[in-house]
Amino acid sequence: MGSYLVRRILLAIPILFAVLTLVFLLVRVAPGDPAVAALGDYASKEAVEALREKMGLNAPLYVQYFQFLGGLFRGDLGRSLINSRPVASQIASAFPYTLELTASGIILGSLFGILLGILTALRRNRLVDYIGRVFSLVGLSVPAFYLGILLLLIFSIKFNLFPVVGGGDLSNFGETLYYLFLPALTLALIMMSYITRMTRSSILNILNEDYVRTARAKGLRERLVIYKHVLRNALLPVLSVVGMFSIVLIGSSVMTEVVFSRPGLGKMMVGAMKQRDYITLQSIMVIFSSLVVFINLITDLAYGFTDPRIRYD
Amino acid sequence: MSETARLWRTFRKNRTAFVGAVIAIVVILVAIFAPLIAPYDPLDQDVYHRLLSPQRGHLLGTDNFGRDSLSRIIYGARVSLIVGVCSVLIGMVVGTSLGIIAAMKGGKAENLIMRTVDVLMSFPNLIMGLMVMAILGSGMGKLIIAIGIIMAPRFARITHAPTLAIKEQDYITAARALGFSDLRVIFRHALPNVLGEVLVMGTLWTATAIRIEANLSFIGLGVPPPTPTWGGIIREGMDYLSNASWISLFSGVAILITVLSFNMLGDGIRDIIDPHITHGV
Repeated sequence: MGSYLVRRILLAIPILFAVLTLVFLLVRVAPGDPAVAALGDYASKEAVEALREKMGLNAPLYVQYFQFLGGLFRGDLGRSLINSRPVASQIASAFPYTLELTASGIILGSLFGILLGILTALRRNRLVDYIGRVFSLVGLSVPAFYLGILLLLIFSIKFNLFPVVGGGDLSNFGETLYYLFLPALTLALIMMSYITRMTRSSILNILNEDYVRTARAKGLRERLVIYKHVLRNALLPVLSVVGMFSIVLIGSSVMTEVVFSRPGLGKMMVGAMKQRDYITLQSIMVIFSSLVVFINLITDLAYGFTDPRIRYD
Repeated sequence: MSETARLWRTFRKNRTAFVGAVIAIVVILVAIFAPLIAPYDPLDQDVYHRLLSPQRGHLLGTDNFGRDSLSRIIYGARVSLIVGVCSVLIGMVVGTSLGIIAAMKGGKAENLIMRTVDVLMSFPNLIMGLMVMAILGSGMGKLIIAIGIIMAPRFARITHAPTLAIKEQDYITAARALGFSDLRVIFRHALPNVLGEVLVMGTLWTATAIRIEANLSFIGLGVPPPTPTWGGIIREGMDYLSNASWISLFSGVAILITVLSFNMLGDGIRDIIDPHITHGV
């Protein structure tokens, strides 16, 4: 197991570097001069040139690249082109909003998704199965932002139960939950539809296996067959899917934050994009993509822990 | 019974695929014949009839410029379908070629292609789309390219592994031994083996592409106004949620139905091609 762990972690490092390099290059090929973006279209040529020099944009690309990496290691992400504040501190204040949103979406969605998946698979072709199947198909098809708008319309505008926009004060737990409920519900419902579907199909596949038939044939109680033989094996592939869909959910969280005006990373990213604040944009991309590499790593490691066959590959 | 007739019968019997196909075809027809079906010009403003609720004459109401919502949604189908289908086609051609070439060539080429695929897939779809659109700027062609870039690595990944397996088969070795060119071996022998999976995923990912397009248009990074797009209509309606929610609501229903139909169609085709797998819905 130890060597698997080390190998997998070592594999994540070059991928992370490649991802960082891609972010760096993407931002550099973007049209428009960041200095012009910062100073506005009417700035004098001299002022733009001076700012370019100050921002290090006149240095050769490889020098800029090492400065970018060096900054990342020191935790220095540069200053916003729009408000000149350090990007790192802005991200630090926005990140908790995104973290609590995506984490609650992933955890609640996975939990209820697995439960509904088990229920639909074991009650195949009954009413609950049909409802579960329609639910997951609709959930797979509805864009997160539209689901958010629907929830907003019903719970906030029509029944006035939850706030329309905002993120609340994070130091106040009650208020945090109050503001978190609808956005988290949006993401959880989407996650739940993915997981329900995967759990259901995974269990149905296992139910056809010979060892399940054998277990039943030898007179094992149905409950034990389900617990020991079916669920244990069926939930393993679901685990890797939780990781995969968590990544999808990070994308959806951006849209959810925009709809609910939550002051998280996603909203910050869209704002930076519209204002052509490339420094901020680059930093948020770094955070998001590192998060994805990290989730992939955790998923693989969790998979290695639960399935002994993988370690000996 | 011929093979086509047998497939058609299986298809007819698979309710999910059949219903999905019927809805998708209806949406496609609506998009093609939009000028004949739409009751009004989608850009025609009428300040005296702003924010009308659904009623006779304006079945789905009007927006803040007095434009007919139904007509705008009908025309919006064009952007969604063109972007959805074209981006997936681009991704399919580029990605499938790269996946097969990587597997057949092996060595450095394979490493380079597949690691690039890994890196590109390290970004959530939407974030990749946002980033590429921020760089390219808005417009339909750019939107197609951006979503095509998201789709290509996925196709490369699903074609790479099966091609690796096929590569070792005797008939490929035989074809090579007969002196057939690489291209011929790829097109005549490798491609047909992965085509089924590519088509199924192509249908499912068209649904994804349409959803991504809606997201980008909602943010304002898609096809610029006044061209009606479903995501754009929802964005415009956001300011009137409390007093004219129909603007956003109906456009969302259009997205939902279209994405749903392609998902159902893809699922159904997969069940027909590979009946052993129980994929759920």
